[in-house]
Amino acid sequence: MVEPVKRRVALKVLGATLGAGAFAEAMAPLRSWAKDLTLDQFLQNNYRELDEAALAEVIKRHEAETLREHGREVHIGDYRPIEGVSFGYALNLSLCVGCRKCAEACHHENNHDRATNNSYIRVLEMDQGTFDLERGNATYDHPVPSPGKYYLPVQCQQCDNPPCVSVCPVQATWKEKDGIVVVDYDWCIGCRYCEAACPYHARRFNWQKPQISADEINPDQGYLSNRLRPQGVVEKCTFCLHRTRQGKLPACQEACPTGARVFGNLLDPDSEIRNVLATKRIFVLKEELGTRPRFFYFFDK
Amino acid sequence: MEPHVVTYPQFLFRMIRRSFDGSWRFYSWMTVLSAIALVGANAWANQVANGLGLTGMSDHVSWGLYIANFTFGVGLAAGAVMMVIPAYLYDDHEMHDVVILGEALAISAIVVCLLFITVDLGRPDRFWHIIPGLGRFNWPISMLTWDVIVLNGYLLLNLHITGYLVYMRFLNEKPKSRWYVPFVMLSIGWAISIHTVTAFLYAGLGGRPFWNSALLAPRFIVTAFISGPAFVILLLQVIRKLTRFHIGDGPIQTLLSVLRVTIVVNLFMVVSEVFTAFYTGGSHLASAKYLFLGLHGKNTLVPWIWSAIALDVGAVGLLIAHLRTQRALFLNLACVAAFAGIWIEKGMGLIIPGFVPSTLHELVEYVPSLTEWKITAGVWAAGAMVLTVSLRLVLAVFTGEESVQNGRALP
Repeated sequence: MVEPVKRRVALKVLGATLGAGAFAEAMAPLRSWAKDLTLDQFLQNNYRELDEAALAEVIKRHEAETLREHGREVHIGDYRPIEGVSFGYALNLSLCVGCRKCAEACHHENNHDRATNNSYIRVLEMDQGTFDLERGNATYDHPVPSPGKYYLPVQCQQCDNPPCVSVCPVQATWKEKDGIVVVDYDWCIGCRYCEAACPYHARRFNWQKPQISADEINPDQGYLSNRLRPQGVVEKCTFCLHRTRQGKLPACQEACPTGARVFGNLLDPDSEIRNVLATKRIFVLKEELGTRPRFFYFFDK
Repeated sequence: MEPHVVTYPQFLFRMIRRSFDGSWRFYSWMTVLSAIALVGANAWANQVANGLGLTGMSDHVSWGLYIANFTFGVGLAAGAVMMVIPAYLYDDHEMHDVVILGEALAISAIVVCLLFITVDLGRPDRFWHIIPGLGRFNWPISMLTWDVIVLNGYLLLNLHITGYLVYMRFLNEKPKSRWYVPFVMLSIGWAISIHTVTAFLYAGLGGRPFWNSALLAPRFIVTAFISGPAFVILLLQVIRKLTRFHIGDGPIQTLLSVLRVTIVVNLFMVVSEVFTAFYTGGSHLASAKYLFLGLHGKNTLVPWIWSAIALDVGAVGLLIAHLRTQRALFLNLACVAAFAGIWIEKGMGLIIPGFVPSTLHELVEYVPSLTEWKITAGVWAAGAMVLTVSLRLVLAVFTGEESVQNGRALP
């Protein structure tokens, strides 16, 4: 009577040992991944809850990490909204020729992954006579402008009623005082609900760790904008806040060869953007969704 | 009678020991499931280390197989309430005897859902950001925070109800209604809420016309009452065959009556959606056209959705055949067909067309990668393990094999 019971126990112990061993082996890839994850990183608080000293510490860590992993010395600034400034962007569709210089400038300015040629801007080639996005083409590959076509660049519309911010379960994305919607790359859990919610295809997810060589890295970085993003989090256009909050223009605006892009402070009555809003017949994309974009389009001819 | 401080740890210990004990059939079943779960675990570990780039998802189709299965799983969990309602609201005694099996199913299905959410996260290491009080919980604005609350709440409710009833049976005591009936009543409403909130998650997105429909939540509930009863009808027959636990014909008949109605109501809802999309045209049409007919030469989902429709309609035919002949085979085939049909329809058939075409109307298709299939199989295997073990424990106590008096080692 005793024998079978003992054998059964022995088999169970053997089975449990094998099972635990197999589980440890299956989970092995996590070990190398967890090596790079320090306790400080794991416990780091949301950007909006970090005091000055804590944020300085975090920034130092990120700068050191970029040097260690990418071999490039960079400066990460914490640029806050400027009092009395609220940003707006307008785009003259009569001038845009679809050259995609803006998308390219965005790619370089914001340290995008090189392999995927990522950019926050997509330019749709549209047929004259329609505003149906369904008849647009974002992957055109021929000399521009093409006869019978016009071009519609789309990037984050920095909505005043942003669905992406509402849906985020952890408040990893929010709207700043100057109208810019930002993401805390160190707080995002990567659920991608914001990507599903955005009606403008403005958000990007880091499906892999972004790859970029040392000499191509833009070293002038903002904490909430173009610093190198970690794997597994969402990112988006920030109107180049590391530039615009220092009085410069967004990279896409500077790169535009036709002068189709008008960027400025909506609160400054003498600004060019205010002049455009006052004198041109402007419209916004998908107005019916009630997202209230700060990105305006107009035709001039 | 000994105090609970003594009997409860004893109960837990006996349950844990029991869950590792069984016949060769149990061991081989669990070994197969463990193997599949381990393959999934390994694929997931790789995915965490190397990024979700290992999946077929993209910025255009940013949710895929995981969220599809999550959605279906919530329905399965909610569907189990179709045993609770007859048992507790309408005093169906035969159903009352087996309702605990439905509650065990709800627990396992919720575990599956939570696992699918976890494997979909880009940064699972930051899970604590979503814990109320610890992180920054965007409640009540984000529907996802509602889902966290209702899913975990439903899990806790069912763990409490099942745990309490099993423990009382273990002690050979009559359960006190005030300790479980209010929770059961709460769980009925709660079951509806888990699937409603999950539907609102999609339906609330104005930028996705395919999901932005008031019919989505009702349709979720109806399909939950297809997949749930279909699964339970099969499960009850398996338990009847493999164990000494008594299951009357009543519960199966009751669930069948539910299934006969819901499966037809769902078809009606499919027709309503198709009519609205195709007759109106416009922005709603593109996704529906992509799903049912293919759009501009892209038609990956077309065979899937038509299989689902064929399975749904086939299930209705089989149920009618069963009614005429009373042959169990027809019933069982109908359940399998209905279950598979809803899995496609409410899984890939719902999630993917929401993203195709994208919000800028680009047509980028999605096909799950091998990593995704491995992880998906692994999660379902883990769920089947939870279900198997919890059913074994429930049955061991309810058939009297495990009780406070019966402390001897099992033969």
